Amino acid sequence: MAYEMNFQPVLSRAPELIEGTIATIELSAKSIVVGLAVGLVVALGRHDGPRAVRTLATVYIEMFRNTPLLVQLFLLFFGLPFLGLRLSADEAAVIAISLNLGAYSAEIFRAGLAAISKTQVEAALALGLSKLQAMRHVVLIPALKVIYPALTGQLTLTVLGTSIASAISASELTLAGARIESSTFRSLETFLVLAAIYIAITIAFRILYALVGRLLFRRKVPPPSMRAASAFDKKEARA
Amino acid sequence: MIQDFGTDGVIFLARGLMWTLGLSVATFLCGGILGLIFALGRSLGPRWIRLPIATYIELVQATPLLIVVFLSFYGLPFFGLYLPPLAAASLALTLYATAFLADIWRGCIEAVPRTQWEASEALGLSGPETLRHVIMPQAIRISLGPTVGFMVQIVKNTSVTALIGFVELTRAGQLLNNQTFQPFHVFITVALMYFAICYPMSLWSEKLKEKRNVDSTAH
Repeated sequence: MAYEMNFQPVLSRAPELIEGTIATIELSAKSIVVGLAVGLVVALGRHDGPRAVRTLATVYIEMFRNTPLLVQLFLLFFGLPFLGLRLSADEAAVIAISLNLGAYSAEIFRAGLAAISKTQVEAALALGLSKLQAMRHVVLIPALKVIYPALTGQLTLTVLGTSIASAISASELTLAGARIESSTFRSLETFLVLAAIYIAITIAFRILYALVGRLLFRRKVPPPSMRAASAFDKKEARA
Repeated sequence: MIQDFGTDGVIFLARGLMWTLGLSVATFLCGGILGLIFALGRSLGPRWIRLPIATYIELVQATPLLIVVFLSFYGLPFFGLYLPPLAAASLALTLYATAFLADIWRGCIEAVPRTQWEASEALGLSGPETLRHVIMPQAIRISLGPTVGFMVQIVKNTSVTALIGFVELTRAGQLLNNQTFQPFHVFITVALMYFAICYPMSLWSEKLKEKRNVDSTAH
């Protein structure tokens, strides 16, 4: 007996789906802003901080990269209250996802910092560029260009990872879907609709990354040493 | 009855860890076989094969793993296919791993310079011979680092199946927490168990990537 799909009960809950979508985008945006800031600070600390800071940064990065996000969420949400720090589900979600992204992006930023060669900066200064100009045109933008594919790949994983926050009932799309599923019993249709919305969100974010990339890298061709490094990084970043 | 988190608890978690490892191995084997076929089809197949595979990879990579897991656990019964959590978990993780491994390995196959194909043809090797003796040995060496890196992701991703009630390490932690009410101790132990598995693999992956970089600059 073939199963007849009926999307009507799910689609009639559109307001909840839209609310969930907005909540997911909000959670993603907050986590990306905080996570990238954490990642940059940690990467700089690991790159040329004192020994103690470098060790601390390494421990943080390895702890968060080698344990599942779900366990990190549980620790923050269920574990911290026992140490006297009670977080709401939404706060715990932002903090856990930010710390997770922070660890991954720190590694990516480190690769960017490593790609800057000192001689390039010296050459730029010798050509009469000011320190600020050299920083911008020779250091930051080319370094960012090298890591941009890896970075945006990681951001996509982070956005999709927000669905896991439904496990602690943080408000986002998967939780909204689970509520619809449990009251309509249209499981297949509900999760198909959710998949479609997530795919749309991912595409929207990718378009945004492409636009930002265009704005940032509109002029410069990166120096040859960096071009060689960037081709393979993109594939590796997904691994 | 409230128990204290002690040796019994650790043994219970260790049993969950076994399931995590079993599920990871099954996922890597099934996803690896499918991923290899997809990678070859994607990089070397005709257009009508390349296009559906590319679409599959893009769609899976744009969907959260949790939704794939929910679809196979809650969705498939509607087609008369009732899967127990273990089977649903394996299926979902395999579908997911296939997409990522196919993408990684496609990159590795395409990273072997085109001239190697031309040289092999000039030497009189057939297409399959070239693939077997010239391209794959090089592609496999390139792929080792990223593949081990993705194995770490697989181990961590199995935790998501806790949310459909499959009792692996994370779910075991939830159950134990419900009995002991010591979430901090329980989940720190769970995290350390994951770390003990994943960290050595991450180090190994980095080593393999470094080795490859040294090799490629030496040539």
